Amino acid sequence: MSGKPDLEAGRVELAHGGGGRAMTRLIEELFAAAFDNRWLAAGDDAAAFPAPAGRMVMATDSHVVTPLFFPGGDIGSLAVHGTVNDVAMGGGRPLYLAAGFVLEEGFPLADLRRIVGSMAAASREAEVPVVAGDTKVVERGKADGVYISTTGVGVVPEGVAVGGARARPGDRVLVSGTLGDHGVAILSAREDLGFGTELQSDSAPLHGLVATMLEAAPGVRCLRDPTRGGLAAALHELARHSGVGMRIREADLPVREEVRGACEILGLDPLNVANEGKLVAVCPPDAAPALLAAMGGHPLGRAAAEIGKVTADERGFVEMETAFGGTRLVDWLYGEQLPRIC
Amino acid sequence: MKYVDELRDGATARRLAAAIAAEADPDRGYRFMEFCGGHTHAVFRYGVPDLLPPNVHLIHGPGCPVCVLPVGRVDAAIELARRPEVILCTYGDLLRVPGSRRSSLLRARAEGADVRMVYSPADSLRIAREHPDREVVFFAIGFETTTPPTAVVVRRAEAEGLANFSVVSNHVLTPPAMAHLLDSPELDGPAAPSLDGFIGPSHVSTIIGSAPYEPFAREHGRPVVIAGFEPLDVMQAIRMLIRQVNAGRAEVENEYTRAVTRVGNRKAQELVSAVFAVRESFEWRGMGSVPGSGLEVRPEYAHLDAERRFGVAVGQPRENRACICPSVLRGAARPTECTLFGTTCTPDHPMGSCMVSSEGACAAHYAYGRTRERAEA
Amino acid sequence: MCLAVPGKVVEQEGDEVARVDFGGVRKSVSLALVEDVAVGDYVLVHVGFALQRIDPEEAERTLALFAEMSQRQGG
Repeated sequence: MSGKPDLEAGRVELAHGGGGRAMTRLIEELFAAAFDNRWLAAGDDAAAFPAPAGRMVMATDSHVVTPLFFPGGDIGSLAVHGTVNDVAMGGGRPLYLAAGFVLEEGFPLADLRRIVGSMAAASREAEVPVVAGDTKVVERGKADGVYISTTGVGVVPEGVAVGGARARPGDRVLVSGTLGDHGVAILSAREDLGFGTELQSDSAPLHGLVATMLEAAPGVRCLRDPTRGGLAAALHELARHSGVGMRIREADLPVREEVRGACEILGLDPLNVANEGKLVAVCPPDAAPALLAAMGGHPLGRAAAEIGKVTADERGFVEMETAFGGTRLVDWLYGEQLPRIC
Repeated sequence: MKYVDELRDGATARRLAAAIAAEADPDRGYRFMEFCGGHTHAVFRYGVPDLLPPNVHLIHGPGCPVCVLPVGRVDAAIELARRPEVILCTYGDLLRVPGSRRSSLLRARAEGADVRMVYSPADSLRIAREHPDREVVFFAIGFETTTPPTAVVVRRAEAEGLANFSVVSNHVLTPPAMAHLLDSPELDGPAAPSLDGFIGPSHVSTIIGSAPYEPFAREHGRPVVIAGFEPLDVMQAIRMLIRQVNAGRAEVENEYTRAVTRVGNRKAQELVSAVFAVRESFEWRGMGSVPGSGLEVRPEYAHLDAERRFGVAVGQPRENRACICPSVLRGAARPTECTLFGTTCTPDHPMGSCMVSSEGACAAHYAYGRTRERAEA
Repeated sequence: MCLAVPGKVVEQEGDEVARVDFGGVRKSVSLALVEDVAVGDYVLVHVGFALQRIDPEEAERTLALFAEMSQRQGG
């Protein structure tokens, strides 16, 4: 048990979280090897790094997803992208990540290695190292395979002030690309729903896109990644925090055909479906053309679109001009999003 | 998507709106009920009322199987789900529906009951095969559209000799409910606002055909136009109803000819009558007991009938007295006339049946139409 | 009520099962309730079951009604 962990056929054992030699070996052989940086190699309880000048931002996010592996990603890459994006939505350039793993006893080590490998690849690609970590093991049946909690810190460039309360009437609302790809990819990987598609999750780190955007339009007022609850939830949060309304145009919303198809058959609304590689931006009207051009020039913003504007409405209503020619309210999601038959 | 996109086209909608405005007589009002929640949903989702003249009113009917399921039956589902041997399978629509004392199937699941959401009734058969040691109950809801799939599943369970599978039938019938609505004093009494016609069900009619509405149009003197669920279908049906009203006709017309014939789907009808029998009466939430409006599993399949197998008792718990769902379901009141609407009763915490499903008149108003209502008020 | 979506039958999978395409999303659908459905047909699908074949000529006719009307309205 205290020997080298069998990363091919072995399984997570309680000893892997017990604080003894088995845990140390697993951390060394699997986590430290994959993330491979000097902070982890130092083997201290805490990572030490110099603090940059300026304002810092910090964000944390716990990741639970079923299934753990889905088209276009897995819980590992998602845990990096999710937190990197939260830091980026604060206007920050992400610097470091910390990760906490809750593992279920019996979980295949080969799967864990795959997840940690994909997480390490995502962290390298994003150029944000995982500098501190923690592993706990719970008894079989007390968790769903793996949960990953990540925390990120970043620094906000001089002159940038984005925040959810800064939207003003007349501002423009933009999205960086097609809506609902992640949520539908996850649903397609769920066996009980039994549908297939070529669609991949859009899971991606957005801080590069954000840097490009802030350079082109430093006056950007709000950034938000429309994850759970989709675009509808993101717009409602911004409207509520800023004390304004929103009016969007359905005809201008970028939605893939497959996402529309899946939403039709499951009775879902693409506006409520989760994204993991998209953002919503609010900016003053005169900054919108430059911002849209900058987004469109970035690989993660090719399908960017201006979708509407901020209105004076202290009730915080989000309205939509339908492509059909009417108007309707865009509401929050009620509770868990469930496929429906009627 | 073919047969979807072309029926949501905005440019065509504007032209159709102009045609409706030209044909509607400005000196009179038109009140049409869309029976189906699917139409209600389409009306709000696409903003159809914005394209109609102000004297054309749409009344939202009771055609949402989740909304009309009585609380006593929700309670029965929860009670069944709490039995340790039972896996209760049902559609996602039903999980949040409130039973008595703010219970729901989702809440029962949180408390340990084994409740599974299925997308198709065939999934509950699969679950039964996978868990031979458990009792798998499919809690079936729905109108004539959803009944044939349940019938297929019952027949398949019989053929396979699946001993651990059974069904609670809450299937209901549309024509008796439409007739019941028109017989209600709130709608047909001397003080009642008149109802000038019905937008008839789309998918129900793919199964039963258009013929069952013919005696209804004759006897009640109300035109019925069967329409698809896409917004252009709805607008075209309104135009056809206006023409009938203007000409003093009361006939059954079919706008949805691409999927509905006069006779419907015979194969599905035969399967349904082989498996189900019409109940003497069935309780509808908000409408009371409606004669001949529900289906039960035939005695030949008694062993697959969970109501018999588990001795399911359906109580009659009291509804919130301030809730005016019964009037809303009948088209006699608007959701915003209810004192609970949007305050005590919201889609997050529905009190009445019309708020529980996105097809319910109150939920649709709340989700898509609040601004309009307030602007009018 | 009764969410049903038109999809194109792309492959016969078994005796009473076919693969149906909805704008790039594919699902296995039971054909137990319909007769004479062939690959290439459009069917209306509800809770995993095809309810009816969509009649392409009738669909054309319905659309033509809109088109005709719009010409009369002068576009």
